[in-house]
Parts: sequence; C-alpha cells; structure tokens
Amino acid sequence: MSRTSLLTMKGIKKSFPGVQALKNVDLEVRSGEVHALLGENGAGKSTLIKILGGIYSLDEGEIQIGGQAADIRDVHDSQAFGVSVIHQELVLVPEMTVAENIYLGREPMKAGAVDQTRMKAEASKLLDAFELDIDPATAVGRLTIAQQQMVEIVRALSFHSRILVMDEPTSSLSDKEVEFLFGIIRKLKESGVGIIYISHRMSELFAVSDRVTVLRDGEYIGTRITADTSTDELVSMMVGRKLDNYYVRTYNEKSDVILEVRNLGDGKYLRNINFNLYKGEILGFAGLVGAGRSELMKCLFGLDPIVHGEIVIDGAAVQIKSPEQAMKLGISLVPEDRKKEALFLVQSVRFNTTIKALGQFIKGIFVNREKESQISDRYVHLMSIKAASPYQAVVNLSGGNQQKVVIGRWLATEPRILILDEPTRGVDVGAKAEIYGIMNDLASQGVAIIMISSELPEIINMSDRVNVMCGGTITGTLDKNELDQEHIMHLAISHNE
Amino acid sequence: MADKSNVNYKNRKWYHHTFQSIVVFVKENMGILIGFLVLCILLSVLSPVFLSKANILNVLRQVATNLYIACAMTMVIILGGIDLSVGSIIALSGVVTGGMIAFDGYSMPVAVICGLIVGTFVGVFNGLVVSKTTIPPFIVTLATMNIARGAAYVYTGGQPIRVMSDEFNFIGAGYLGEIPMPIIYLVVIIIVSILIMNKSKLGRHIYAVGGNRQAAVFAGIRIQRVLFFAYFFSGLMASIAGIVLASRMFSGQPTAGQGAEMDAIAAVVLGGTSMSGGLGKIGGTIIGALVIGVLSNGLNLLGINSFWQYIVKGVVILIAVYVDFIKKNRNA
Repeated sequence: MSRTSLLTMKGIKKSFPGVQALKNVDLEVRSGEVHALLGENGAGKSTLIKILGGIYSLDEGEIQIGGQAADIRDVHDSQAFGVSVIHQELVLVPEMTVAENIYLGREPMKAGAVDQTRMKAEASKLLDAFELDIDPATAVGRLTIAQQQMVEIVRALSFHSRILVMDEPTSSLSDKEVEFLFGIIRKLKESGVGIIYISHRMSELFAVSDRVTVLRDGEYIGTRITADTSTDELVSMMVGRKLDNYYVRTYNEKSDVILEVRNLGDGKYLRNINFNLYKGEILGFAGLVGAGRSELMKCLFGLDPIVHGEIVIDGAAVQIKSPEQAMKLGISLVPEDRKKEALFLVQSVRFNTTIKALGQFIKGIFVNREKESQISDRYVHLMSIKAASPYQAVVNLSGGNQQKVVIGRWLATEPRILILDEPTRGVDVGAKAEIYGIMNDLASQGVAIIMISSELPEIINMSDRVNVMCGGTITGTLDKNELDQEHIMHLAISHNE
Repeated sequence: MADKSNVNYKNRKWYHHTFQSIVVFVKENMGILIGFLVLCILLSVLSPVFLSKANILNVLRQVATNLYIACAMTMVIILGGIDLSVGSIIALSGVVTGGMIAFDGYSMPVAVICGLIVGTFVGVFNGLVVSKTTIPPFIVTLATMNIARGAAYVYTGGQPIRVMSDEFNFIGAGYLGEIPMPIIYLVVIIIVSILIMNKSKLGRHIYAVGGNRQAAVFAGIRIQRVLFFAYFFSGLMASIAGIVLASRMFSGQPTAGQGAEMDAIAAVVLGGTSMSGGLGKIGGTIIGALVIGVLSNGLNLLGINSFWQYIVKGVVILIAVYVDFIKKNRNA
C-alpha cells in the first residue's frame, strides 16, 4: 500500500464574527489511509471540513492536494481537486431513482434529453463495484437508511474522488450495516482513496482508522497512530484534562422495588415482559435496533396503549393511559430523538427547561418570574448547560448542551423513575461524562433510572443490572458482575438464530 | 455563567420584567415600528385631519373588529394552523342576532347570546375536527367557511335584516364617555389575549405545540385541548366582531365580513408571526393591524380610490415580509 501524502492542510486559520473557529490547524492524509478526526462539538472539525469542501474559504494557511497547491474557493473547485464530502444529513431526493440521484446535476445527455439508459447502466456498474444489491431504478425513498447511505457514498465516489470525507456516517446504521460500511471503506483504502472519518464512537475509530487527529477549541492538538493509542489518551487530548473516571458510578445498596412490570404486552410487538426496578439503581436496556426497547418505554410513559399485563408502582397496580398520568406517578421519559421528540428549537433555554414545571410558578395568570428564573437557573447550573444567556434559542446550542436541556427539563419535574432513551447519542465526550455524573448523583439520591443505550461500553459501565431485549421481549437479565459484550450480544441476537 | 445565573432576583420588581419584555419587543419589531411611525408622520403632514381626535377614534374603531379576530388568529397561526372561517362567522352571528330581534322579537341580550353561541359553535366544530383528526386546518376551515356563509344566506334569504333597536345599536355604535364601545371591547380582548399568551400555562403550551407538536406530546401536554381552545377562541372572537359590525350597520347582513379572514391573517403576518408556527406575539399583531388600518384611513383621507387600496395593501405586506426575511437570514 502506498503511503504518499495525499492531502496536507497547514496552519489553517478561520474566524467568524466574534469567534476564531480555527486557530492554526494541520491535517495530513495519506493515500490509502483512514484518518479519523476527533474533537468535541465546537472543536472545529466541521469548519475544517467545510473549508476542504469549498463551503467556507480559509483566512490563512495552505492546502496541498497530491503535491499541488490547491486554491479551493467553492464546492466546484473542491470537487475538481477530487474531494467529496458525505454530510451527516442525507442529501438525496427521495422521489427520484437511485441512478437519477447519483447523476443529479450532471446527467448524461443525448440529443438534448437525459440519456436514461446510459445513466442506469453507469449507475449499475458503480453499484456492482461495491457488491451492492440495489436496483438503480428504485426510488431512493424506498430504500433503507443504510442503503441510502450507500447510495450517497457511491454518488460521492462517482466523482472519481481521491479524498472522501465521512461525517458521522454510522449515526443511523445498525451494527450489521456498520460492518458492511467498514467493508466498503477497506475496499476504498485498497484503491488508494484517502478517507477522513468523523465519529464520536470510539470503538469505531479503533476498528476502522489508521491515524487520529484531535482538535480542541479550534486548535490542533496532535496526531496519533491508532494502534499505538488508547481511548483514555484520546479523550484526555479532546477535553484537555485527564478524565480519570469517565464513567462515574457508585453503586448503592439494593433497596425497595419501585416499579414492577408483569406480563406486559402491547398486542402488536411487545410480549411477556417482566422486570422489577429498584430505587437508586440504573437498569440498562440493551438490544439491537428494533428489539422493542423504545416501544416498551413508550408504553410505560402512556404514549402507547398497554394491552396485556400490569404495572405496579409502590406495590399498587396502576393504569397509565397518558404521559400526564405517568408524570403524576413520578415517571419521566427523555426520548431518543431530542430534536423531533423533545426540543422546542426556536424557543429559549428557559422556555425549554421550565415547560414541564409551569405549575410551580404559574398560578392562573400570575407568573412568579423570580421562581421561574430560579428553576431554570438551577437546572442550567446543575446540568452545566453552556448557553450565552437563558434567553438563547436552543437551536443555537451544541448537541450535548441540547441534550442537557432536555434532561434538565425532566429533572425539573422531580421524577422518581427516570427513563433515558439513548441519553448520550450525538453528544461529545465532555458532555457525556457530565451526563454520566448526573445519572450517578440521581441514583444516589434514590431515583430509579432506566437507561436504553446502544453503546455497549455505556451499558456495561453505568448499569447495576441490564435487561437484554430481542424480538419484543426480554431475553435475559444480567447482573453487573456478569456484564460483558459477548454475553449481551448473545442475548440480543438469541431470537434471530 | 455564574455571574449571570446568580443574579439576585429578590431585588427585582415585577416591572423590571415588563420593561425588559418591552425593550426586547421593540428590538424585534423595529422594522414595522419604524414603518408605522413614518406612515403616521407622513399622513399627519399630508392631511390636517389625520391627527384629529375624531379621526384617531375612527381608525381605532375600524381596526377594532379586525383585531378581535387577529388576536385569536395569532394563536391559531402560532399553533401552525389557520382559520379561514372567521369572515363567514361574522356574517352568521350578525344575521342570527339581527334576525332574532327583528323576526322573532327576542330581547337584545337573548339575541346577542344566541348569536354568540351559533357563531362560536362553528369555532367549536373547527376545534373538534382539527384536534381529533389529522385533516389540515386549511381544509377544515375552508369547508366551514362555505357552510357558515351558506347558512347566513339561507337564514336571511340573501337579504339584509334591518334591526331598529337603539339598545342593539348601542353595542357597536354607542359610546362610553367619549370612547366608542368597540374600542372598549378591544382593550378587554387585547388584555385577555396577552394574559393568555404571556402569563398562563395555556400560552406556553400554545408556543410548545406550535414549535414542535411531537415534543409537546412527549412533554405530556394535552395538545388536543390546546388546539381546541384556539379554534374555539377564534370562533368566539369572530362572533363578537359579527355582532358589533351588525349593530353598527343597523342590520344583519349575510355578505358581512367577506375577506375578513385575510385582513386578520395580514395583520398577524405583518406583526412578525411565523406562518410555520411556534413564534409570534399579540403585540406584533396589534401593530400589524394598526398599519393596515392607518394605511386605508390615510388613503381614504388622501382621496385615493378603494381599488388602489388593495394594491397598496398587498405591496406593503410583501415589503414587510421581505424585510423580515432579510433580517432572519442575516441572523442565521
């Protein structure tokens, strides 16, 4: 494998009004290399990528591609130099076919009309090259998310790119699909493409990358060979201090059962679900995507109807038919998708943190502003939410801070049972550690926490016990001393075999 | 952070907050406020009558009925909806009230209450359908707009109903001291609307449901109630407007309130409320309605014919919304 330098970015500086986003950043990518770019949200990763992709122009510094100075002024220049960027959000047109999407904006023409036959044939060739079983004539909207992602990659490569940037490509993929993607990445490496890979998932970086460059607050911190470094080293480079206890957990003595679920089923997918939840414990829920974990939590929170079985809280059987009832019983749910299911993006931090605590400071038309500020400030402080002011719109916060706003909102209801569905998805490392710390504090105070997570290290290090789900039911419960990846995965796929 | 979060709220009086809200409001609505001031200054120079007490009261009286509806429309639009039926409700409540007095000889209060009930019923129907189904509000209220207008025609046989009752006439044309009655109602409605939007839980829930309906469901907000309230309130406000207008015209007219929904929507949009929901203020709507009112009054004073007024109104809306668009893009 050749190890020539494909891309060099040197001394890159870029400021926006009021912020210096990049303060002297270097990046070197060799051909046939997967180079991971790591940093907390706001570290400057996306700014750097946008400069490479021609969306921003740089203030100072130089870029060389294949040994030539590259003056990238717009997206066109960037493509001409062989750079393709696959953005985090998919940018395909769902109603158009795979072939049309791949050749969008540069359709092969014949006699003034789009040459459909040739376009389909070319697309077919590209798809075959990656052994993708996708018909180029299908509408993209009918593909799975993973397949769409593949189409996006094929589209990027059809520009004959030498440098491919992938921004969080696995955030919506299942483990199996991730494996497939890694297979493609390996093939690309062999053909000499240089890949810049951005992800928050450490395990992936170790699985797929050759080298890692870490940025922090717009500065270049260092580059390591992946095989010679460790999660601890990378994390401390990212946050600038050593996080001795990334996972903070003081286990509590087992105390009273607060919630019992007996034979629960929703008549559709969930069946025969039994478990107990104790005060002061963190009960993890592991499983593959589609195992029924989120569905179960929606039932417990009164969002979906329960058809079979019963729920017992504090020894008394209860009916939960609406989120309102659930909250009265002391249950709170922090949903999986914060933007869709939790945040009022255009509204302020204060509005978002207090929306569930209105009863504490509004009586009829009398608003106790002092109390309102106190509540909102208490949770902003407790969650260490970094916002310019309580009046800042949450749309302008980073993912980690948005998540902290959502958790803060639910803490303001003072729950006894807190359900967290993927509490750290898309959250940077610093904020993750803070969220873990808060979970631990809450458990110490006697709050019972249910945590759904697809990140096994998180499940293993934070839970007292773990319920593993598969195919709509619980396939096993593991105690903290029995927790390891194989054990969990075995239970998680037990019904598929 | 700490310096900000540790402000001692004990030393703050309630009026600090009110003052702060006003400052923020002025900042956010700078464009339309300046436009409004320029318009007023221009008109006071061009027409000696413009700033006279009689004319100002006249403008306010004309703005009043539009604002009753526009206040409720602000809530509906913040919820991401629309209510096209308000113009027809004006006609329906007006003819029912007029008819009960003129045809059936009921006393004024009974007739007014029945007019309110019939008109508000349309709003209740809108509210039920919008909150219980996923039919778009545009379609629901387009249908009830036609039904209510039709009902008004059927009830009257297409003819205006003359009402010769001083008692009834007082509602829309009477004065309390020197202030026309419609302005008194207006003040009450504005206060109620502002209290709902800025002070009550319901108001926050309206912003929440309009901003992100799914998140509101997850937050345990009863979104059906919130949606229902807005359309109910819209129906009630339109009914009040209908009775006031009928009273001022001495008659219940089945053609009354045609296009009133568009004037209300224009006021809301001019006032900076987002058509996609989640953002907006009653204060903005008030200014929006004043701009429209002053504009048509000014054009009348200057003797410009009413056909041209439509064109001017349309152009003003385009300019205002465009300025808003520019401002938002610059902030982004």
